[in-house]
This record gives sequence, C-alpha cells and structure tokens, in this order.
Amino acid sequence: MKKRLSIFFSMLLVVSMFLAACGGGGDNADGGGDGGKDVPQELKVNINTEPPSLNPGLAQDSTSGTVLRNIMEGLTRIGQKDEPEAAMAESWEISDDLKTYTFKIRDAQWSNGDPVTAQDFEYAWKWALDPNNQSTYSYQLYYIEGAEAANTGKGSMDDVGVKAIDDKTLEVKLVNPTPYFLELTAFYTYLPVNSKIAQENKDWATDAGDDYTTNGPFHMTEWSHSDKIILEKSDTYWDKDTVKLDSIEMVMINDPNTELSMFDNGELDWAGAPTGALPTDAMQALKDNGTLVTQAIAGVYNYKFNTTVEPLNNENIRKALSHALNREELIANITQGEQLPAMGIVPPTMFPENEKGHFPDNDVEAAKEFLEKGLEELGYEDASELPAIALSYNTSEAHQKIAQAVQDMWSQNLGIEVTLDNAEWNVYLDKLDNMDFQVARLGWLGDFNDAMNFLEMYKDADGGNNQTGWEDPEFQKLLEQSQTETDPDARLQLLKDAEAIFMDAMPVAPIYFYTNNWVQDESLKEVFVSGLGDVQYKWAYFE
Amino acid sequence: MAKYIGKRLLYMIISLWLIVTATFFLMRVAPGNPFASEKKLPPEIEANLQAHYGLDKPWYQQYTDYLVNVVTWDFGPSFKYKSQTVNDLISEGFPVSFLLGMEAIFIAVALGVLFGVIAALKQNKWQDYTTMAIAVLGISVPSFIMASFLQYFLAIKLGVFPVARWESFQHTILPAIALAAGPMAYIARLTRSSMIEVLANDYIKTAKAKGLSSGVITVKHAMRNALLPVVTYLGPLTASILTGSFVIEKIFGIPGLGFHFVTSITNRDYTVIMGVTVFYSIILLVAILLVDIAYGIIDPRIKLAGGKKGE
Repeated sequence: MKKRLSIFFSMLLVVSMFLAACGGGGDNADGGGDGGKDVPQELKVNINTEPPSLNPGLAQDSTSGTVLRNIMEGLTRIGQKDEPEAAMAESWEISDDLKTYTFKIRDAQWSNGDPVTAQDFEYAWKWALDPNNQSTYSYQLYYIEGAEAANTGKGSMDDVGVKAIDDKTLEVKLVNPTPYFLELTAFYTYLPVNSKIAQENKDWATDAGDDYTTNGPFHMTEWSHSDKIILEKSDTYWDKDTVKLDSIEMVMINDPNTELSMFDNGELDWAGAPTGALPTDAMQALKDNGTLVTQAIAGVYNYKFNTTVEPLNNENIRKALSHALNREELIANITQGEQLPAMGIVPPTMFPENEKGHFPDNDVEAAKEFLEKGLEELGYEDASELPAIALSYNTSEAHQKIAQAVQDMWSQNLGIEVTLDNAEWNVYLDKLDNMDFQVARLGWLGDFNDAMNFLEMYKDADGGNNQTGWEDPEFQKLLEQSQTETDPDARLQLLKDAEAIFMDAMPVAPIYFYTNNWVQDESLKEVFVSGLGDVQYKWAYFE
Repeated sequence: MAKYIGKRLLYMIISLWLIVTATFFLMRVAPGNPFASEKKLPPEIEANLQAHYGLDKPWYQQYTDYLVNVVTWDFGPSFKYKSQTVNDLISEGFPVSFLLGMEAIFIAVALGVLFGVIAALKQNKWQDYTTMAIAVLGISVPSFIMASFLQYFLAIKLGVFPVARWESFQHTILPAIALAAGPMAYIARLTRSSMIEVLANDYIKTAKAKGLSSGVITVKHAMRNALLPVVTYLGPLTASILTGSFVIEKIFGIPGLGFHFVTSITNRDYTVIMGVTVFYSIILLVAILLVDIAYGIIDPRIKLAGGKKGE
C-alpha cells in the first residue's frame, strides 16, 4: 500500500512533466502561403453561437440567418448590387395593381437531386403560418393575403394567397402593393423547403445528413452542435460556376477577445461583424494599423422616451434632451466603431439625407430654448425643480458607458438630474413592455431594406415595438397612404413626411446608426455584406 | 456500510427535491419569458407558444409536470435551441466539460500536492518562498485573466498551442491549466500547512530515530495523514470545477455544458435551466458522497456507519 502510494506520486510527477513539455511538438504546419494558383479555397469564420434553428420556418435570429442564406436560396437573392436578383425564380410577372406576383421557378435541384418545385415554396410558407408549428417569425409572411388570419387561427389555410399553379409556377397574392416584396422573398422565412422530405420527417432540420437537403451555393456536411458547422460547395446548385470556395468552416466562439486572437494567429480568416464581434478595446489599434473595415448598416441605437409620464409627456422637454446630446463625442470616445450620429430614425442606407438628419448634433442653444418652453408649460421655474429622470439600460458595459456620458451631458448642458438604472436583459424587456421606465435604450436592426421597417412600429401606441406610448393621427394617415401608393417616388415622399412628423414630436432620441466593423484576411475577396449587414459567401474567394 | 449508503441516498433524493422545487419557483418569479426579444412578437403568436409549451397552465400543474420530467429523465425540447432536446444538450455537452474538468483536477492535485510537499520539507527556504509565491498568484489571479495570459504568451507569441477550440489533445491543455491554476494553488497551501503539522508529530520523530530515510518518512508516514484535508477539498472542488468552467469554456470556445448552465438563465430557457440544474445537483451530491466514503477508507479513525453507540 505504502509502496503503491509512492509509485503513484512518482507517476504523477512524470505525467505532469510530460504535460508541461508536450506542447512543444505541435507546430501549426501552415506550409507558407506562396502566391501560386492553387490557393486553398477554404474559409474559416466565426458565427458566435449555435444557430437556434436551421429550419427556415423556425429561424428568427441572425446566426441562423447567416447559415441559411448560404445554404438555401429563395425566389430572389440579394445580389452584389444590394438589390434582389432572380434566384430560384428565373422570372416573374407583377399584376397592374402590384398585388399579384407570378413567379416562374428555375430548373433547379435540391442537394439530393429532387427538383425544386413551386409546391416546395407553398409548403414552406404554409408550414410557417400553421399555428401548430410554433413559428415565431411567421409574421414576416403577413404581407400575403390571408396569412395573418390563418396564422392567428381566424382564417383557413386554404385562403392564404400562395398557390403552386403547376410544378414551376407560383402565384402570390398580397394584401397591399408591397414595393419591397422581392426583398422579402430573399429573407429566410420565405425560403423553400424540400416538401417531399419535410412531410415524411418532421425533424429533418435538426442535424446535417441525408434529410437536410439544400438548394443554395453550399451544402451543410457537418453540424456539430455548439461547436462548428461545415459547409461545402454544392454541386447541384444552378449557379455553381460562380461559387469558388470549396468549404467554409463556421466555428462558434462567443468571446470577442478570443476571436481576434484566433484571427491574429491565422486560425480564422475573418473577425468581427457581421457574424462575430471585435473587442471595443482593440478598435483604436485596428484603426491605427489600417486593417479595420467599417460599413454602415441599417440599424439605429435609440433612447426611447416614455411619453405617458411627466415630464417626458412634454414635447419640448423631449426635444431639449435630444438636442443636448453630443453624439459625435459619444462615438469618438465611447463606442469607437465609426458609427454615424443619428438625427433621424431611418438609416442613411435608406434615406441618404439622414447623414445630416433633421436637426444639428450637439445644439445646446436650441436645447436650452426647448427646455425653457417645456418647463413653462409644465409649470416649473427652473430645471433644478424637475424630479430626477431615470435612464434605463440592460446590463452591459457598452450601454453603461453611453448612459454615463448622456447623464453627464444632460446635467452639464441642461442642469437636469439623471439617475441610471440597469437591469438584466429579460427583466429589462419586461419593464419596457410594461412602460415601467422614463428613458430607455433599445436598438433596432432592419429586417428588410425599406424605411417602412423603421417607421411602422410607431404607428399605434399599443404596438408591441412602439414602447413610447406615442401615436399621431397624421403619422398614421401617411403610413396608410404609403401602403397603397403605387408610385415609388410619391411613396418615398409620404414616408419622409411621416419621419418628419415623428422627429418633430421626438418620442425617441436616436443616438447613432450602427456600423459593422471587422478585419479580414488580405487575400480573401468578394465577401458580400449587404446594407442590412447580412453576409454572403457565394462570390467569395482567396487569391 | 450498505445501510449508511442507503441512508445517504435517501437524503440525496430529499435534497434533489428541494433543489428542483426552489429552482422551479425562483425561475417563475424572475420577470421575463423565453420568447422575449427586442423585436416583440405579435400577441397571438406569443399566446400560441405559451399554450404549446404549457406555460398557460396553473403553476401546480406545471410544477407536477416538471417533477414527472425529472423522474422520467425527459426534460423536453429546449426553448431556444429548437434542433435539440435538453437531454441532447446534456449528453453532448457534459462529456466535454467532464474531460476538461478531470484534466484540470488532475493538474491541480498533482502539482498542488507536489508544491505543497516541497514547500513543507524546505520550510522557510527559497523553495518554500517560490512555491508559495506561485500559490498566492494562482489564488489571486482570476481564471479568465490567466486564460487570456496563456493565450497571449503560449499561443500567439510562442505558437506552441492553438488559441482556442476543442479539437485535439493540444487544444485541451491551455483551458485545463487556466481552470486548474486556482485550485492548484489552494491545494498547495493546504498540503503545506497540514504537512508541517504532521511533520512535527511524535511518530515522525520516532521514524527518524529509527533511522528511516527521509524519503520513506515523507511518502509513507507523513503524506498519508497530511493529504486528508486535500481529499476533503476534492468534493467541492469537483463540483466547482465542473459547474464553474463557464468562463473558461466561453473564452476557449469549448462546447461544454457550462455554457448552457449560464446562458439558459439569461434566455429564460426553462427546460434547459431545469435539466442542467438537476443534472449538476446530482453530480455534486454524488461527488460529496464519494468523498465521504473515500475519507473513511484513507483514515481508519473515521467510522462511516457511526456504529459503537453508547461507548
């Protein structure tokens, strides 16, 4: 027994020495990148987390979207010009009232050789609308006639306006002329599903394998949950000659520092947005050495005012608060991601004039005037008499730093006392829903490339994403008109007028428009990131 | 012995029931729900989801449903990760966390005991000061700092290890060291103090007087007694390493269970919270039981069955 103990410990010693030493053997044998023609076309990217679902009908997040966009294809695909292009549909006709679309489906194949048919689309869309299937993003299909009624159980699935006339013809009837409908058909909720397989195996989308058939540029060959996904070039894709990458390895690293370290060490070809994130501390250094790539995307970081409580029910007070912000300074010193100051609610990717916005940034003089007017209307003599305003944010270092700076600006510029209030994400959302806040931060990232997506949520005070308690009959009227307006320019003007009304009432103080920041391997070309911040590898290659 | 284990198992079941109950109610009292996001769902869709997952039922019914799930070991689907059930998450994630944990415990115990013994034998000499300085560092540097430090020097600067991920044995070394550093330091200090105490005992002097070599005395006579506190510490250590590997798993991108243990709470992924909590509770309870049994084997003075009453 005693002898055994001593042997045991000497073994421990040996093994621990071995452990300490054994690292030395393995070098990362990357046989030096010589500029020959045979550059390996293998991409390694980080997608941050496990995609919650790779069933197009169940997906509702950007990680799942990233994978789906590269392995599946809808009627249209957002092309390199950032506009919808013919994809599974080779052509389409639009009726004169702009409410009926007839798509002709291309001779395309699923990865198991099955043809892609119009029925595959009808099946997929109706599946998502069926309330028994718990699709959360089914409301993305509400533009289709009868879809909302069917999804909420008030109507029949037979009345939904999508119909496969024959194998290659799909007819879609819409509620309103929807000028961005061809954008929507590229979105993942509108992707087709191989109906032959899905009808037989309802769990077809839970793993890679024979039942997970794809119709996009790449095919998923491995899905190791919470670890990695491997995509390989699809040889059944109709446009396979365009696709140059042989494989894509998508790893799931949920730590920005590690992501950047792996990039620095050659273990990743891309670090940062849109699939991952860069550490804020590293931004300046990456900017200085010129490797940081910045691209504006359709998204806005807002401070929402609760317009049902005093003093924020007063328009002038809200304007005072919004004008007193120095957005330029916030971006330069705190967010450091080259974001654009937002003095409008619709991103400049949609309204280019919003690069300037509806009012000047950091206009303290105007802010003071608004404050005085507001105080008078509310019956206060001086800003110091105002009760402290609570500024809420969900727990995160970035939001906290911004809130602290804003607290300082409001107290310096206006003499208003501000208290900070943070809460864990789910608790925070609960507070917002119950209007249990005064000023609260919230971001909005566009679902589709149209201003409607940024305005619609403020139409009704009780709308789920309004969260300000604000509504305005004039604003509502303009949005309604825009939905039936068939002339694109007139429609655009209606939306711009609506935004002007909104900014004049200021139920929301926009802070900045989001940007995507990333670093990428120098030899990696033509990775396409859209204005919505969605990434596609269809055209990517290494040179 | 059998009677003792039987009694302990009964206590374990009671503890487990208490844990399940407390988790269930705490989970439900917390504001928010699994379907919350910055893009609010239309109310009809949310109501439909609530009904599907049985969240619209009265609380006592949901509670009994949960108890049945625990007993049948079927926790149902994850709310968030729709392609996996909770059982899948556990059976795929736990082996990874377990391997990482075992590697870390091995390093912690092996090096910790070694350092502790050296420090005790060379008390107040440079060896003692060096090892104890390392131990103080190990205790005071948090594991995530240690992890970044190791990544920076050993992976990026020297290039001997990969920065992150979980592919080969090579990949496991940095995370295991980062996870082991704290406990190793603690074990080293524990071993040192208990070793010094034991070395001052009369029977060690007797052994010396008998002319036994110092190696024999150290290993055969002193260490066996000096290691008792270390064994006691192994139970909570196993539990804390297995459950506390979240930070390390995140930094190194390891697909373990620690990730789900923490993020399921942020996601309000009720079924995953329940499944992972019950699973970890069982591990913890079993680890404590094993340590108690091992204790009795190493130190004959401790009687598990608590017999000989009225002595």
